[in-house]
Amino acid sequence: MTKFLKIMATASSLAIAASAQAGEVRMMWYSDGVEGEVMQDLLNRFMEENPDITVTLDNVAYQVIMEQLPIQLAAGEGPDIARVTNLKEQAEHWLDLTPYVEDPAYWNENFGAQFDWMRPDDSEIIPGFMTQLTLVGGFANKTLFEQAGVEMPGEGATWDDWVAAATEVQESQQLVAAFVIDRSGHRITGPLLSSGAVLKGEDGKPAPLDEAAQAFITKLVDWTESGQHMKDVWVSAAGTTYRSGADEFINANIAMLYSGSWQIANLSTKIGDGFDWVAIGSPCGSAGCSGLPGGAALVANKNTQNPEDVGKVMDFLAREDIVKEFSERTLFLPAHKGVIEAGGLDFQTDDPQAKAALEKFVAATGELIPAANEIPAWRYANAVYGGMVNRISQAMAGEMPVEEIFPRIDADVAEQVNAAGSGQ
Amino acid sequence: MGHYLTAPLRWLAQVIGIPLRGWQRMTGQGGMIALFLLPNMAIFTVFVLIPLGMNALYSTTGGVEFFLADRPYVGSEHYQRLLDCENYLQPRSCRDDMFWVAVWNTARFVIFQVGIMTLVAMITAIILNRAIPAKAFWRAVFFFPVLLSPVVVGLIWRWILQRQGLANLGMVELGLEPVNWLTDRFWAFAAAVGVSVWAHMGFYTLILLAGLQAIPRDLYEAAEMDGTPPFRTFYRITLPLLMPNLLVVLVLALIRAVQIFDEAYVLTGGGPGTSTMFMTQYIYESGFANLLRNPGLAAAASILMALVLVVLTLIQLWLSRRAGGNR
Repeated sequence: MTKFLKIMATASSLAIAASAQAGEVRMMWYSDGVEGEVMQDLLNRFMEENPDITVTLDNVAYQVIMEQLPIQLAAGEGPDIARVTNLKEQAEHWLDLTPYVEDPAYWNENFGAQFDWMRPDDSEIIPGFMTQLTLVGGFANKTLFEQAGVEMPGEGATWDDWVAAATEVQESQQLVAAFVIDRSGHRITGPLLSSGAVLKGEDGKPAPLDEAAQAFITKLVDWTESGQHMKDVWVSAAGTTYRSGADEFINANIAMLYSGSWQIANLSTKIGDGFDWVAIGSPCGSAGCSGLPGGAALVANKNTQNPEDVGKVMDFLAREDIVKEFSERTLFLPAHKGVIEAGGLDFQTDDPQAKAALEKFVAATGELIPAANEIPAWRYANAVYGGMVNRISQAMAGEMPVEEIFPRIDADVAEQVNAAGSGQ
Repeated sequence: MGHYLTAPLRWLAQVIGIPLRGWQRMTGQGGMIALFLLPNMAIFTVFVLIPLGMNALYSTTGGVEFFLADRPYVGSEHYQRLLDCENYLQPRSCRDDMFWVAVWNTARFVIFQVGIMTLVAMITAIILNRAIPAKAFWRAVFFFPVLLSPVVVGLIWRWILQRQGLANLGMVELGLEPVNWLTDRFWAFAAAVGVSVWAHMGFYTLILLAGLQAIPRDLYEAAEMDGTPPFRTFYRITLPLLMPNLLVVLVLALIRAVQIFDEAYVLTGGGPGTSTMFMTQYIYESGFANLLRNPGLAAAASILMALVLVVLTLIQLWLSRRAGGNR
């Protein structure tokens, strides 16, 4: 009995000690493509260089990052490091890495342009770094266009031009739909801004949907009702749940996908030589041809018990050569100023389509309109995204006429902003 | 071996028995009941009562923080928002129309799911109670879905019902037009009801089967000798004697249907639009899944839902007592 109690007591104390043992770092990670494997490889190398630190990579679904991580962070728990896209919303939870990295000036110089996306307003902390920059944009199934004998719209083509061309392909090739935009408020914000919509009011709070925004949303709902825009992706969920249209594109059910640069590796891997595809950037509106920038960042949890070790891991992963290698192997656009300026990224793919798509997205970054650049650092972006997705889906499902959703979206957004601000 | 085990056990029983006997002498039978209830009550308090109390407190606070201490007190604001309605039958006239959409979807679901499931479970139980070949096999077949996780049930049926799923492939093979099972509002709701019936009816069939087997055979034999038609036999003998089981089935199914979430969420995601968004999903979305969470609103909605469940439970107790009294 005494022996049993001793064993239990030792086990308990070990378990308690293990939860905060020096030299142990946990990283929560999600993958769109192959980046989980690449990250594990890099971490293995880090552990060889730093045998006193063990980094455990917890690969999770994106939904875990979106739904469970915020609760863990709010409860003062969570992983030491996490890969996150919902950056601004959770800014208060990120650790200031300034005292823990070797050269804060290096971080500010190379990653500083995106720090405001992930730190509280008016803050000067070093919260982490972007593992990649992303840009919203479209892809077209070149083979389907060729088979249909339809020419792809060129530079400066509008949304109407692209939808008309894709519809011709749909009719000719008897596709399920002409195109699809991911079910995401982030995804449709680029087209709205390109149409001249003003989402951010002068006071920094969300502005009511203006005529330009209403016009594009109305078109999107009309395209859905007519079967041009794939209904399934948007109406297969309620609330703000994200749904990707990538599988429909990969399965050649549609001629055009509006998603983003992070899909390149996914499309390259899954489509293979199934058909030819190209990146098309963002179709134009009256105000420009802009997608929306964004990306995923690696941030440290301010509740970590091992900030020094976390700093070492972050320093390693933020190294210029490591960022370059990560970008080349994952086919991601780097966010490191030095890497971008040095150029000569040798993206590791035999797929010329993927290389061409990456070049197209790099070029499209030059077409971003100023309003699009402001969105990632805007704290109310999520309120606007959520309000739009929810209600647009209702209109697409035929639950209410499109005119009715506009005041609803405005009211929802106002309610969210109010609730988030000061407790109703 | 037997002696080796029983001796220490006997010793243990004696050791435990000493303080127990002392306690019984001091407090009598009531004290013993309290003593044995204590562990359960402690667990119930920690895992049910305290969370319930905290949920009630959450419902009176605002903001997006999760720590109660960081959340400002807003009183009944969330309840006012949820209950602010010009016409409760028309969700669009309500300040939080999503909540009322979810309430009415849940009400419709409860009516259809419980009604259809009870009927189907009863028919199945009656058939399985007869002398059919491979009776045990068929009982297992109908009970099997109960063993599946709701998420698995949702996924299986999603694969079957999606646009290019098995159901549509079969229909095309038969020369029929494919149906948008999950993107058409009517069919998606029907699918949610149907899948839920399929997944849970085995459990209720079992309860009804037990009730049917408890009915004395001689009553049926007497009815047969009198030449009573089968429907009359069912109406006059089976139904009245099955009523206590039927009540249990009805109320359990009702309470479970109000809480519908997992399989419907996996199957339809609440769509198309909000056609299959039920109360539990509304609570989940508001509190956890929305890009901007509102835990206080979710807590208030869950309190309102709990009130509905309390009413249903009271009805169950009342009906059970009434049925017991009639017997």
